[in-house]
Amino acid sequence: MYLTDEEERMLQGEMGEGVRKAMDMLVALGKAFDAEKMIKVSRTHVALSGQEGDTYWCELLVDGGARCLIPPTTNPNWDVATLNKHYPVSPAKLFLAARTEDVYRRIGAVMTHCCTPELAGNVPVFGEHVAFSESSATPYVNAVLGARSNRESSVSALASAVTGRTPYYGLHLDENRKGNMLVNVDVELHGAYDWGLLGWCVGMHAGNRVPVLVLRKEAYRWTRPTPEELLYFTTESSTSGAVPMFHIAGVTPEAPTLEVAFGGNATEYEITVTRRDLDEAERLVSDPAGKINLVLLGCPHYTYEQLKEAAEGVRGRKIHKDVHFWILTSFDAIELAKRSGHLEILEASGIRAVPDTCMDQPCFDGFKGMLNLTDSAKCAHYQKRRGLPFALRSLADCIDAAIEGEVR
Amino acid sequence: MNENAISLDCRKLIGGCAEGEAIVSREAICFYLCDPETGELLDKNHHLKGKSLANKVLLLTSGKGSSVVQLDGLFQMKEQGKLPLAMIVMDADPVLVSSVYVVEVPLVDRVEKDPYLIIEDGDWVRVDADKECVLVKKKQ
Repeated sequence: MYLTDEEERMLQGEMGEGVRKAMDMLVALGKAFDAEKMIKVSRTHVALSGQEGDTYWCELLVDGGARCLIPPTTNPNWDVATLNKHYPVSPAKLFLAARTEDVYRRIGAVMTHCCTPELAGNVPVFGEHVAFSESSATPYVNAVLGARSNRESSVSALASAVTGRTPYYGLHLDENRKGNMLVNVDVELHGAYDWGLLGWCVGMHAGNRVPVLVLRKEAYRWTRPTPEELLYFTTESSTSGAVPMFHIAGVTPEAPTLEVAFGGNATEYEITVTRRDLDEAERLVSDPAGKINLVLLGCPHYTYEQLKEAAEGVRGRKIHKDVHFWILTSFDAIELAKRSGHLEILEASGIRAVPDTCMDQPCFDGFKGMLNLTDSAKCAHYQKRRGLPFALRSLADCIDAAIEGEVR
Repeated sequence: MNENAISLDCRKLIGGCAEGEAIVSREAICFYLCDPETGELLDKNHHLKGKSLANKVLLLTSGKGSSVVQLDGLFQMKEQGKLPLAMIVMDADPVLVSSVYVVEVPLVDRVEKDPYLIIEDGDWVRVDADKECVLVKKKQ
């Protein structure tokens, strides 16, 4: 693998042990995928998962003197000040959260605590080479924005932030971005929830192929799918499977036509998705209906538009007294909702919004074994493994269920 | 070790050298589904369920699972001293390579002959990643 003089000096430890480790990991990755060289990245996003293994890697680099050359934005941890008042956790878990915050600050991360950096805070342009972890962000960056990132792990993205490099392979190369699977979307899609279910169906069948969606019926309300609709698609297709690149013919920037999207590739595989498939996906992911305890929305983080939609849906009504209702959102979205008056409406109805928080954190562990409700298949899927059953419904249905105290 | 041993060229992904008893996984592994206290695989659908990977040389097809869980699984095994000593992988994925890098286990791929036809559970295997060489001494 070819390395420039500067990259070679990094690898030899001339810029400290932390930089050496980061470059050494990237070289191992580059070798594994036959990368001919490194390329520079101009943006990075890291997971900051709050899981100990991830925090340990950041500490190794910082203790070796590393600072980020390309400061990464970060995924959420959890809003300890707010949530620990409602749901106290053990001192060990509080300590891990504080230790994680401290070490990511020391390495020079931009503490956005937001899992949708590609919508605000860290938005690449067409053709830009970047290193993004977060499975829902990577395909958005690739397919919707036309920037280029592999499906980075939390630790490889941090290595790229420290060195400013990534191995040149995979989705950085033109030939790996072309479609080779055709998806006939033979269903009318009504909003982000339906796009999420579509994503689930595509992810199940995609394997390591690049799907090209053809929208046969009405699939969006105005001139194109909204950011929320596209984000729900990327989130769920990367939960049921791993789809870091896709196209929507006539919509996404590298797919002005079906022919361009395929770029001469053969159609290796073809599926047709109907309403029946979406219903089946919902049934598969959702736990059975019943009385609910917690409604958890915002996986990925709710945007300002979604906070507004929730406020308009619940205006003048009250959430059932036995139901806890939290919306996880980004720092900019909650600020806009506050300025625009939507936060007040949510709070008056008993819905709380909180920034900086991921659903996969210990604060919600008290709801283990009880039925909960979400509009995100990703939330339902991963929380099930944590011992929290979730029913899956659209936002409007979640609000109605929260008022009744029961999902039907 | 050298007498009657089979020597195979391979490619270094992560440096280091270690030797020990082999354990052969015919499927992908998610290390989050291992018990860090014992190194035993808990994955109920895996043919090695209940077998320990701790302090053995692991031959595996590939990794599986999200980056965060794969790394955390390996990290918890490291904390308990229950990591495999070295790994030989057929199809390396980015998450496996970066996660194994963090816990500093020697990792090689591209063994010159199909290692699944040569290495069996209980064989003594040395993985010298730095010299890009795997030595296999068959069990008696």
